[in-house]
Amino acid sequence: MTDQAYPPNLVTDAVPGVRKRHGKEIRFRLLGLSAILASLGFLVFFVASIVITGYGAFVKTVVLVDVDLSQEALGLEAGYTSTDLEDVSYRTVVRGAIRGMFADVSGRSARRELTGLLGAGAEFELKDIVLKNPELVGSQQSFWMTASDDFDLFNKGGAKEETATQLTPQQKDWYRGLLRDGRVKTAFNADFLTASDSRDPELAGVWGAIKGSFFALGICLLLSFTVGVLAAIYLEEFAPKNRWTSFLEVNINNLAAVPSITYGLLGLAIFLGIFGLPRSASLVGGMVLALMTLPTIIISSRVALQAVPPSIREAALGIGASHIQAVFHHVVPLALPGMLTGTIIGMARALGETAPLLMIGMVAFIADAPSSVLDPASALPVQVYLWADSPERAFAEKTAGAILVLLAFLVLMNLAAVILRKRFEKRW
Amino acid sequence: MALTSIKDLKGRRQSQMILERAIRFCLVSCAATAVVITVGIIGSLFFEAMRFFRDVPLFDFLFGLEWSPQTALRADQVAASGSFGAVPLFAGTALTSIVALSISAPLGIFSAIYLSEYAGISTRNFIKPLLEILAGIPTVVYGFFAALVIAPALRQYGALIGLDVASESALAAGLVMGVMIIPLISSISDDIISAVPRSLREGSYGLGATKSETIRNVVLPAALPGIAGGILLATSRAVGETMIVVMAAGLAANLTANPLEAVTTVTVQIVVLLTGDQEFDSTKTLAAFALGLTLFFVTLTLNIIGNQIVRRFREQYD
Amino acid sequence: MVIPMTKEMQFSATSGLEPSPSEAHPKIHASCVHVSYSGRPAIRDVDLDIRANSVTALIGPSGCGKTTFLRCLNRMNDIIDGCEVRGNIQLDGEDIYAAGVDTVVLRRRVGMVFQKPNPFPKSIYENVAYGPRIHGLAGKGKDLDATVQSSLERAGLWDEVKDRLDAPATGLSGGQQQRLCIARAIAIEPDVILMDEPCSALDPIATARIEELIDELKQNFTIIIVTHSMQQAARVSQYTAFFHMGELVEEGETKVIFTNPKDPRTEAYVTGRIG
Repeated sequence: MTDQAYPPNLVTDAVPGVRKRHGKEIRFRLLGLSAILASLGFLVFFVASIVITGYGAFVKTVVLVDVDLSQEALGLEAGYTSTDLEDVSYRTVVRGAIRGMFADVSGRSARRELTGLLGAGAEFELKDIVLKNPELVGSQQSFWMTASDDFDLFNKGGAKEETATQLTPQQKDWYRGLLRDGRVKTAFNADFLTASDSRDPELAGVWGAIKGSFFALGICLLLSFTVGVLAAIYLEEFAPKNRWTSFLEVNINNLAAVPSITYGLLGLAIFLGIFGLPRSASLVGGMVLALMTLPTIIISSRVALQAVPPSIREAALGIGASHIQAVFHHVVPLALPGMLTGTIIGMARALGETAPLLMIGMVAFIADAPSSVLDPASALPVQVYLWADSPERAFAEKTAGAILVLLAFLVLMNLAAVILRKRFEKRW
Repeated sequence: MALTSIKDLKGRRQSQMILERAIRFCLVSCAATAVVITVGIIGSLFFEAMRFFRDVPLFDFLFGLEWSPQTALRADQVAASGSFGAVPLFAGTALTSIVALSISAPLGIFSAIYLSEYAGISTRNFIKPLLEILAGIPTVVYGFFAALVIAPALRQYGALIGLDVASESALAAGLVMGVMIIPLISSISDDIISAVPRSLREGSYGLGATKSETIRNVVLPAALPGIAGGILLATSRAVGETMIVVMAAGLAANLTANPLEAVTTVTVQIVVLLTGDQEFDSTKTLAAFALGLTLFFVTLTLNIIGNQIVRRFREQYD
Repeated sequence: MVIPMTKEMQFSATSGLEPSPSEAHPKIHASCVHVSYSGRPAIRDVDLDIRANSVTALIGPSGCGKTTFLRCLNRMNDIIDGCEVRGNIQLDGEDIYAAGVDTVVLRRRVGMVFQKPNPFPKSIYENVAYGPRIHGLAGKGKDLDATVQSSLERAGLWDEVKDRLDAPATGLSGGQQQRLCIARAIAIEPDVILMDEPCSALDPIATARIEELIDELKQNFTIIIVTHSMQQAARVSQYTAFFHMGELVEEGETKVIFTNPKDPRTEAYVTGRIG
């Protein structure tokens, strides 16, 4: 019996060539699988390399510096006021402090190298501390102060020789000495999130860009959501089926695929050229992004309206509601979650869009966070573009850090869309 | 009593009707915005481009082989500040797009085949959103990645096998752009492949064909027109893509078919011409609008044809 | 695997007649076949023998499981998610659901024609050549041409299409398409041809052509046809099996089923009271 377990005329080898064909089958299947794995592998490689590079933007190297805050070191006379405290040359104090730690160093170039240990913002850090704690004046203190970008890279790179071509051998020796004494550590870099753009990598942050993006997205949301939803309601609920509406439909579908840079050109020619709105302002950025997202929002809102069953319209009309009442009281509230989902996804796309913003001049170096939508502003993706273009190597890390912030916003927005969709999925 | 209430009703009805008219008008004007935008795009591009073509003849723009907006060709040249032959830009755009499509078409189509024909429902539900992430990443991020990781890597590995790869190359930009387009091609192909009727597959299985034989000989030939439409849509995406090429393809106009060299594209030149500090009305800035107009018409044509093909395919099997 | 055959022979022996070879060795022998889709039973406990070189019709009201049973015979149900088949089905005494059975080999021997004509979107020639080509049955050129021609001839389509073999098959009429699908199925020389309501999408004239064709084909092939038309079953088949609510109610010679059914449900169906 057991030797008959395999029906001899129906197994693979019963017909010549079938085994070979199954081999081909497996190879074909593997080809499909490897296409997917290659795409996903790229995604992993991509995200991993951004995270690894960008992680450094969120931590900074700090050095423990002994500072002499005696009145004479600060150059203060007895009976000084708080204005005097502000006028102190903290730059000199910081320089003195760092020189004091390496008393054996002499010569101008060596001293300059020594000052290069600390970041360009060290004096402001010290100023902030002293102004906040005036009682420290007259004492000897030790502060953790931000190191310069070259030192930062050297430290975070594991102090490998090849990571610090900018440093002299002597500077590296100092670094090793400080490290031995426990005077070097890495700390969370809150400045990266709270500061705005700067020419010095160790001072640069994304706050200005976040604010610019926020303003632009706010304008974009206001315009594209209202116009988009109303347009979708008209097309889906009121428009007669004629040539005009089918032309509108084709038009909207094609607008959705127009390259984004074209919208930038439109903004440049009309908003700046004809209306004379301010260049680089997040108002114009938001308007351009609104034009770009409008077709997407109209399309997704129409899909949401189509999903509302006709019985609901009929029920409302049946109890004497007018067409407009039926739509606005009954249909639109049911379609709203779907419309919002589409809008969030459209906003996420707008947040990552760069090219149209470059066209309207949101590409300048802007050191202050904008305080209104008319101020010159940057935006997160534009900041990424600007930093990616900077020659300093330390900016590569900042760029990746800004990308991580951007991706975090995108993940949050998409998550919100997914949750919204899950919660309101087909209740009827 | 009865009479007054009817009058009341009439009055309310009238104000209601006025309100409804106002709402209707509001809705219509919102829907018309889409047309206004289209008119705005075409109008502004066309108007500025016409001013450009007053300085530079259309023929020279479309067929000229030299693009150097900065320098004058001849000292006595009037108005034109340089030469505006856009062929190198068209060639560069074509080259980066071809590289991108040669990555994304096979990967996208094979991914779609695996997802629609082989993968189980749970695998599919897991992998599809992951692939979609690739389409959701901002292009400026791809551009940074291309410039920071891919371009140096290509240069390094190229040197190993004796190839001289430029630090900014059509290959680096195209590769990364290709990855970005994978989800677009795979989702359209997936739709198309799923729309091929089951009866065709069963006909093939009933003859004793294996799954891959069925896919290669029956499903793909049936799906081919639809997939071709999808690839046209992807081409339109690649042609209009800006940030990746700005950051990784190069700025110098270079008429070449070698993907290892730096090229420049239509979109890159639009950015270059408009982000410098110059007066708004110079021939250089107007040239950007002429390029924009060309870009708009090319992508529009690709989209219209692509959508038409995909739609006709769907109707065929409805 | 051997047990059902002995049962069959016992039955023949007790009947006291000399069993004809085809009855002693049914082409297909099915016993205790259960099929369920995602746990929902579709057919239960079906025992049926199919005699070689004859036409067996499976009849019954819609949803009775006749198509499901037909699709078990070449394991076409394997490609449907959640479909589970239990029981025993043998082709020439070999269990087609045994471990190690290759559906490619099985389907090469048990071909199928579907309810709606489903020619591939290729030329007429390529449609017929497809099977022989994937199975490596005929070489290229002359050999393959000959196979295509003889298959089309046997399907009674040759004269209509011989001048336009390169034309797309989708341009043929419905009846021609269905005969093309039959030509495609017989081009690989199967033992058994399964036909799933092959005429349901055709007009009466095309239906008559197909029925003639089925009658000719039974010389060389064993044919099992699902039909919802009792007239068709009566016209083309020698044996009939009546399915109702997922059960095989009655089977036997066609004229017996139609003239003298044993089961009241069969009688009700053939007289048109249920359906």
